[in-house]
Amino acid sequence: MQEFTDIFNAFVLLLNFIFVPALAYGAQLSLGALAVTLVYAVLRFSNFAQGDTMAFGTVIAILFTTYLQDIGVNLGFLPTALLAIPIAIFVCIIYILLIDKFVYAYYRSKNSKPITIVMASIGVMFVTGGIVRFIIGPRHHNFSDGSRFLIGAREFKDMTGLSEGLSIKTSQFLTLTIAILLVGFIFYFLQKTKTGKAMRAYADNKDLALLSGINPSRIVRVTWILTAILTAMAGVLYGLDKGFMANSYHQLLLPIFASVIVGGIGSPIGAIAGAFVVSFSEIVLTYVYKKFFIYLLPEQLEPTGLVQFLGTEYKFAISFVILVIVLLIRPTGIFKGKVI
Amino acid sequence: MRNIIVFTLMAVLLLMVGFLQSWSLMLSIFNLCILSAIMTLGVNIQWGYAGLFNVGIMGFAALGGLSVVLVSKEGVNEAIALGGSDMLMAILFMAVTIILSIYINRRIHNKFITTLIVVFGYFVARYYYINASASIESVSPSLSGYLGGLGLPVMLSWIVGGIFAALAAWFIGRISLGLRSDYLAIATLGISEIIISLIKNEDWLTRGVKNVTAIPRPVPYEFELQQASWFQDLVAKFYANKVADLSDVERLSMLSEYVNDASIIFVKLCYTGLFLSVLILFVVLANLALSSPWGRMIRAIRDNEVAASAMGKDVKKRHLQIFIIGSAIAGIAGAMLVTYDGQFTPGAYNPLRYTFLIWVMVIVGGSGNNLGSIIGGFLIWFIWIEAEPAGFWLMEFVVSFLDDSGSLKQHLLDSAQYMRLILMGAVLLLVMRFSPNGILPEVNKKL
Repeated sequence: MQEFTDIFNAFVLLLNFIFVPALAYGAQLSLGALAVTLVYAVLRFSNFAQGDTMAFGTVIAILFTTYLQDIGVNLGFLPTALLAIPIAIFVCIIYILLIDKFVYAYYRSKNSKPITIVMASIGVMFVTGGIVRFIIGPRHHNFSDGSRFLIGAREFKDMTGLSEGLSIKTSQFLTLTIAILLVGFIFYFLQKTKTGKAMRAYADNKDLALLSGINPSRIVRVTWILTAILTAMAGVLYGLDKGFMANSYHQLLLPIFASVIVGGIGSPIGAIAGAFVVSFSEIVLTYVYKKFFIYLLPEQLEPTGLVQFLGTEYKFAISFVILVIVLLIRPTGIFKGKVI
Repeated sequence: MRNIIVFTLMAVLLLMVGFLQSWSLMLSIFNLCILSAIMTLGVNIQWGYAGLFNVGIMGFAALGGLSVVLVSKEGVNEAIALGGSDMLMAILFMAVTIILSIYINRRIHNKFITTLIVVFGYFVARYYYINASASIESVSPSLSGYLGGLGLPVMLSWIVGGIFAALAAWFIGRISLGLRSDYLAIATLGISEIIISLIKNEDWLTRGVKNVTAIPRPVPYEFELQQASWFQDLVAKFYANKVADLSDVERLSMLSEYVNDASIIFVKLCYTGLFLSVLILFVVLANLALSSPWGRMIRAIRDNEVAASAMGKDVKKRHLQIFIIGSAIAGIAGAMLVTYDGQFTPGAYNPLRYTFLIWVMVIVGGSGNNLGSIIGGFLIWFIWIEAEPAGFWLMEFVVSFLDDSGSLKQHLLDSAQYMRLILMGAVLLLVMRFSPNGILPEVNKKL
């Protein structure tokens, strides 16, 4: 009987520290990756400003959340930030459309090389990063309120009698629900609506799409609006889960790019798959397996070290290694994106 | 003609700092201007000659900085005795693993065996590595706690820094060149972040955020100069007129003050001489390369890749060459910077200062023009340094209208530093948009 409990304990341990966090993180990444891949497919450049724009959206949400908290509005066990999300999305849409009008539109009209637009996006990245830090500073902010856990570790232990607890944070649950809804909406939009079909046609073959009377400026505008929705959403959900810090948003850029390229750049379904590949490898490879082996192995074989593949400080090195492997073995990514 | 005007204006700006603020400050700015110009030159070779977009300049500069520590600092014998052999084993195993896996992959084409070798080798190496780093870091952590270096002359590290950066560039280039142009940008961004986290976290190698200080100098120390009789005589001769009609006691005290000031300036001048000769060497070489047949080929490739490759030019190989050369120059500049600072501070590397600022320099100066990148480096560094106090004054002026007790005032004052981020981003965007050729546009010689 003891062996069975140990196996269950080990299983719950992995579920609690690997599966649930990786699922939530993967969902957050996939929203960001989807935004990058949409911009890539339609506008044909890698948007380096993605991480900082996510931070911008989150800052708006934080400001509005603080305001709501000050006037005493709350959502019970749900975080107040949910009410701020529409505002964040709205401001984000306006910000991105303004950026497009003043920065990217010019290069589009001149048919500049993609790399020039990438450079412009780096300029945007720094301006946005500057604005974010100017408003809120470089420090860590926690803006999540309401009840922290949907299922607490203690309740789970009491329920099952195991010595390991499984906890699911409210933010993790929200992340998954919202991400599924949002991704469903995006796919429905791209596959079924007329504008979505036009967008795909435009991404597939720009000249042919223009010939068949698709209005390019409308396509571009819709793309940016979708991107802004995804960006603000990804930012707020990530912030609810892990807290807001300008720098960590900036560093999300690498995992997001890795996700996009792993899945196949320009392919929406690939971006989501890639995001989960990246998030699971990151957490699986940096988790400390000592306790897991203590449950499973007989006492004399128990490990003395931490049993860790890689220190947590090299988390983003994993995205890079994945990126390198994909570029070496299959540059098109899992779902055959565009290569050249 | 335009060159002369622009450079004269720059000289006037620097001289103004000398007259209005102080000559020591002017020389500090000037030295860092030269280093920025060298770094900019490296990036200009990549972007201006070949259109390669390197977002990881910071990483290459940091590798240069690391080489200074590894070459010039004295080795810590106790640490080497304790953990050296384990660390050697770890490195050996890693190397064997890499070589073996490449060999197996080429010969047998069995992904399963290759993976197995990589995983096995990694764990063995990691086992040794964990032991080694723990024992090395345990050796008097507050003073050393790292392996130290080879104790060789510091100037040698400039070359080593270039080699380090070149190796990293080779690795990145091999992977990402020949694919989409933005893959190179993404890959360089990744490698630079990884290099920075390596030097921040691998205390056994770099002392991490505890910094390595007292790096040996290629030039004399101030206190040596102050005691050297030839230097005192020189200063006395230089100021002979000024102190002629003073009493002996006064003259001596005046002179010792002059000697102190002069020693600081002399040391900076020595650096200026060193840096300037490196810069001139690179500019001459770069200009020669640009007008050589090789340079013509490079520009042909940049302007039309398809046509160039149809003419039988190996585009990917040329790009790899250029990328390595440019990164090596950035690495050398990084090593020189750490030598000049006299300390290696991993925490100080941030992308704004080491990647983005350099890009602004390249674009503002004029991509494709080597003299342009020098003026870009000088001008932007000058503005960067002088804009900081100006920004604070401006902010103080703005908030002086606000209520003293308000938290908004404090917030604005705290945030003034981020104005530079916005300002530099705006400069880049504006120059790219309205004056894409920069101050000194590329000269298109008749072929």
